Amino acid sequence: MNEKELEILEILEGNARTPLETIADMIDLEKQEVETIIKSLEERDIILNYQAVINWDHVPSNDGVTAMIDVKVAPKREIGFDGVAERIYRFPEVKAVYLMSGAYDLSVQIEGKTMKEVAFFVSKKLSTLDSVLSTTTHFLLKKYKHDGVIFEPEQKDKRAVVSP
Amino acid sequence: MKQLSPKNYLSETARSIKPSGIRRFFDLANEMEGVISLGVGEPDFVTSWNICEAAYASMESGYTSYSANAGLLELRQEISAYLQQQFQLEYDAEKEIIVTTGASQAIDLAFRALVDPGDEVLIAEPGFVAYAPIVQLAGGIPVPVPTTADNHFKLTAEQLDSYVNEKTKLVLLCFPNNPTGATLKREELDKLAAVIRRHDLLVLSDEIYAELSYDQSHCSIAALPEMAERTVVISGFSKAFAMTGWRLGYLAGPASLLQAMLKIHQYTMMCAPTIAQHGALEALRNGREDVDKMVASYRRRRNYFVKASNRIGLPCHMPGGAFYAFPSIRDTGLTSEQFAEQLLQEERVAVVPGSVFGAGGEGHVRCSYAASMEALQTAIERIGRFVEKRL
Repeated sequence: MNEKELEILEILEGNARTPLETIADMIDLEKQEVETIIKSLEERDIILNYQAVINWDHVPSNDGVTAMIDVKVAPKREIGFDGVAERIYRFPEVKAVYLMSGAYDLSVQIEGKTMKEVAFFVSKKLSTLDSVLSTTTHFLLKKYKHDGVIFEPEQKDKRAVVSP
Repeated sequence: MKQLSPKNYLSETARSIKPSGIRRFFDLANEMEGVISLGVGEPDFVTSWNICEAAYASMESGYTSYSANAGLLELRQEISAYLQQQFQLEYDAEKEIIVTTGASQAIDLAFRALVDPGDEVLIAEPGFVAYAPIVQLAGGIPVPVPTTADNHFKLTAEQLDSYVNEKTKLVLLCFPNNPTGATLKREELDKLAAVIRRHDLLVLSDEIYAELSYDQSHCSIAALPEMAERTVVISGFSKAFAMTGWRLGYLAGPASLLQAMLKIHQYTMMCAPTIAQHGALEALRNGREDVDKMVASYRRRRNYFVKASNRIGLPCHMPGGAFYAFPSIRDTGLTSEQFAEQLLQEERVAVVPGSVFGAGGEGHVRCSYAASMEALQTAIERIGRFVEKRL
């Protein structure tokens, strides 16, 4: 990984919609070169996807719920944690799965329309998996910061308009 | 309230000082809505949280009294280590460093301690608006040495030499420069240093933008042979650590000069704000990573803005430091003040007319690229539209 690749990743992580020409100006390359580097980062599975960070709380029709579930797992000899994780992340309701150190093994993030829907998913789909020993469900009440983005920031520039 | 006649009551010195050209512009821009400002002389980052947190913690622990006149010894020791590590400068924390209320106070102290009535101070211009008035307040005579766009606003030894006479006492250098972004390499400083030594002059080197050097690391004139003893270095936390509102700067120089400045400091200021000093301690101990990130971010914005500025018809050299671009607006046929005023009225973009920065600034405007990429892109669109109508 070279310097220019890292710079492109940083720029895209901040704003994935930065135009190629602008990136080229910012890091002193030609547009063509930037395009080639990004293509290579995509092919090497370093850049996986381009997503917007959305504050769904500001979307009027949105009334979904999110839950973080601590899952204790008895890993099977053949498949280990990865196999159990796969059986969980295949469900479309599951938005994220992480293997954790500490008191539990898998952290599973689920989105549903209602608390009831999430609760049903946990009791019907998750707890019934062979390797799952126990689950603890935490409902998310408010997002303050996500992926480095503060959700209700004070946008205003507090500096004077002109200063020496 | 009834107003007394300024002529009868104000000191002659106070009356002789010109109001800052920036002020009028500020009033104009401040009243408008939807202005994109490239007129700001400070970082667009807020101070890193660990620094703010250290300041809170110091208040909680009751560090709310005066510090030593020269500043917390602990802080001076950190400054000494920092100057050594970053710029290979050797200063004794006990006698050769004074913590001040911003670099502005440091400039004031230095001029007060070094300038006698009638002494001439050479100032490379365009430059920061406060130098000349502070020299005047100290009774000295500011002598502008104009740098030029052809030479990327670098001060040359020949230029400097041609302005020295028997009254010349001191040379003020500010590189990386506000407003031009110009920097000086070691070889270029070497030549200036030779002139300065030959005429037995002192140097006041304002290095507040030193960390914001993008193409090579900053070289201080005080690091050159036989220069430390005749140089007072001024710096601070405002630009590199995004701490402008904390008002914290420092002086570093030979004890014989610094002790006189300390005398003035203890009568006029007592000490720099203690809470800010605790924040600064944290900045020096754990701020490196954030400084590097901010510098990388300014560098990218510089690259973008300067290239875009050239594309839309405002020729601009690639500045080596600070966060200012200083494009030429001559091709529009406007003066820098007309340009800035019309741009503000028509397109709601605030830039600062080059003329306010003294000799050699006319024909240019200062654009601060310490603004978000989105703001810079919109500003370039608007300025491009504005310029197109006039070329």
